Amino acid sequence: MSRAEVVESVRPVSPLWTFGLLRNELVTTFRRWRTLALLAVLAGVPVLVGIAVKIETGDGSSPGGGGGGGPAFISQITNNGLFLVFTALAATLPFFLPMAVGVVAGDAIAGEAASGTLRYLLVAPAGRSRLLLTKYATVVVFCLAATLVVAVSALTVGALLFPLGDLTTISGTQISFAEGLGRALLIALAVAASLIGVAALGLFVSTLTGSGIAAMATTVGLLITVQILDQIPQLHALHPYFFSHYWLSFADLMREPVYWDELAKNLGLQALYAAVFGSAAWARFTAKDITA
Amino acid sequence: MAPYASDDSTTAGEVDEQRSGRRKAARYIVPVTVVGVAAATIGLVPALADSGDPDLPKITAQQLIEKIAESDVQQLSGTVKISTDLGLPDLGGLESGLLSGAAGKGGGEGGSSADPTAKLTELASGTHTLRVAADGPDKQKLSLLENAAEYSVIHNGKDVWGYDSKSNEVYHGTSSKSPEHGKDQQPPATPKDFAEEALKAVDDTTSVTVDGTAQVAGRDAYRLVVKPKQSGSTVGAITVAVDAKTGMPLKFTLTPASGGAAVVDAGFTKVSFAKPAASTFDFTPPKGAKVTEEKDSGKASGETPRKAPGKPFDLGEAPGHKAGKGFGGHDGMKTIGEGWTAIATFDTGGEGVPSGKAGGEFGGFIDSLGDKVHGTFGSGTVFSTRLVNALVTDDGKVYAGLVTKDALVKAADAGK
Repeated sequence: MSRAEVVESVRPVSPLWTFGLLRNELVTTFRRWRTLALLAVLAGVPVLVGIAVKIETGDGSSPGGGGGGGPAFISQITNNGLFLVFTALAATLPFFLPMAVGVVAGDAIAGEAASGTLRYLLVAPAGRSRLLLTKYATVVVFCLAATLVVAVSALTVGALLFPLGDLTTISGTQISFAEGLGRALLIALAVAASLIGVAALGLFVSTLTGSGIAAMATTVGLLITVQILDQIPQLHALHPYFFSHYWLSFADLMREPVYWDELAKNLGLQALYAAVFGSAAWARFTAKDITA
Repeated sequence: MAPYASDDSTTAGEVDEQRSGRRKAARYIVPVTVVGVAAATIGLVPALADSGDPDLPKITAQQLIEKIAESDVQQLSGTVKISTDLGLPDLGGLESGLLSGAAGKGGGEGGSSADPTAKLTELASGTHTLRVAADGPDKQKLSLLENAAEYSVIHNGKDVWGYDSKSNEVYHGTSSKSPEHGKDQQPPATPKDFAEEALKAVDDTTSVTVDGTAQVAGRDAYRLVVKPKQSGSTVGAITVAVDAKTGMPLKFTLTPASGGAAVVDAGFTKVSFAKPAASTFDFTPPKGAKVTEEKDSGKASGETPRKAPGKPFDLGEAPGHKAGKGFGGHDGMKTIGEGWTAIATFDTGGEGVPSGKAGGEFGGFIDSLGDKVHGTFGSGTVFSTRLVNALVTDDGKVYAGLVTKDALVKAADAGK
């Protein structure tokens, strides 16, 4: 890093400048109280789930009423704390995680415009395309950070409240704890990747308006709308194109052997959303009149 | 680009404004192109990937059937996609409740959700993805992939395990001496199971032909078409894609005579004839899982729980036998006719279906499912699905089979 800074001071137009911009953006984003509060809420979900399961099963009964209700994997938590990671991710993926991403992405451009700082950012010789790319990279890093916060919090709570050890995959085979941890990491990555579609959508909405609140509300509203539409059987033909449709495919990583079909579909779909809404955001942002 | 560049252009006259407006619009070509390319890819790739039907040496239907019979695939693993569209009224949860109630007298209530009997009847409707693995007669595994959960039946040596990961429940049974017995206990799920059942029905009322070739799961296959010769059957045709190398059926499709989508479509989407990893068949109940032993649940219902698992949707079975079993093996059941148009009949001794007035609300509900018919036999109610039709006369006789409504009425008239 220090070397990069030296290079930067000698030749300010070096391509490494982009990383300086990215670093600035990251620091600004992650220092914001709003971001920290979002992360704190996300970290709180596994704690709540963990304590609830602990209390409910205190008398030896199985969670979820034994009928398989509740979020995925919840019935296995009492036997292995590692499952809390999967349950927590399954519980936060439909709403909390994308909402947090929607808030950060919606705020990315519109927030700057609302507070009147966008024009100063553009005075720097970065160019609009590069600024937009940096903003998107920041949101993607936030996706990963938010997912890891949930996973690490869940692992900590799981380790404190429940036993750890070898675990049974949902296909009924046994894997060692180390391999389980590896799968948990892969699952966290898959969940983070599931969010890049929402991130691109939020960024596009953010370039449409000058109000940060409006952009966040629109993104979160779209998120809810799509999830509702995904439940309507009559729209069956459209479902595979909704960004949230394959979100739960991360659970396929817990099969033995891993079932890749839907995971691949999910990643492809997210990449498609990122390409479509990323380029739409670029088209809008680079041609926009910046008045604030 | 300077932040005020666009501000300047607005003051530079109308011509410039128009031009810059056009330039701005031109940028949107990029996202539109991306959408277009994606749509084209989604539309075209499957078409391009379909490299046409493979060229295989000619073979007669007889040779192909022998090939299936000789097929001795001991080791395989693969993914099977099975779609069933019986045309049952969409009752949601009620439907599966009724089916599992009918199929798994030992499963249903009081039993374990990991009981294969109750669980595999879910295959009777909708589209499901299954994984199968086999290594010799002693080791088999069948997994039903669900949303973030999986249901597995593992047969390893003398143990038969059912594991439902959603509820973390385990069902344990022991398979009897003969491995074949263990196999009989499972409802047909793989194309091979279906094909074997279908070929049992082949007799002089059936035409069997080889209809070209196809590619299934990346393998070259022959298409065997089984069609009923008789009219009046609801079965249109059964197509079995048979692997050219191993003689293993890879895809089974049953289309109804009325046309439309296949009633049963079960085919491998991936298949490998390599030996599956030994760990695939190892199963130890996870800590804390609720284990139900076969005996316990058998006692609870006073009957062997694995009796006729999933028979109601055992469509591949010879139609003549089928019609009866599907309806509960009632005493005094008779079969009218033979081959594909066989009709099973029995006397419930009851009053027939409760009708709107007599049966109250439930009767009204039943009425809405069936059609009233009249004939020289009197009157009755016909319940139809896309494959099986059943006629319940008002004097309590039941006629059922893989035949059209008219054939049922005719049979009822004849029986009078």
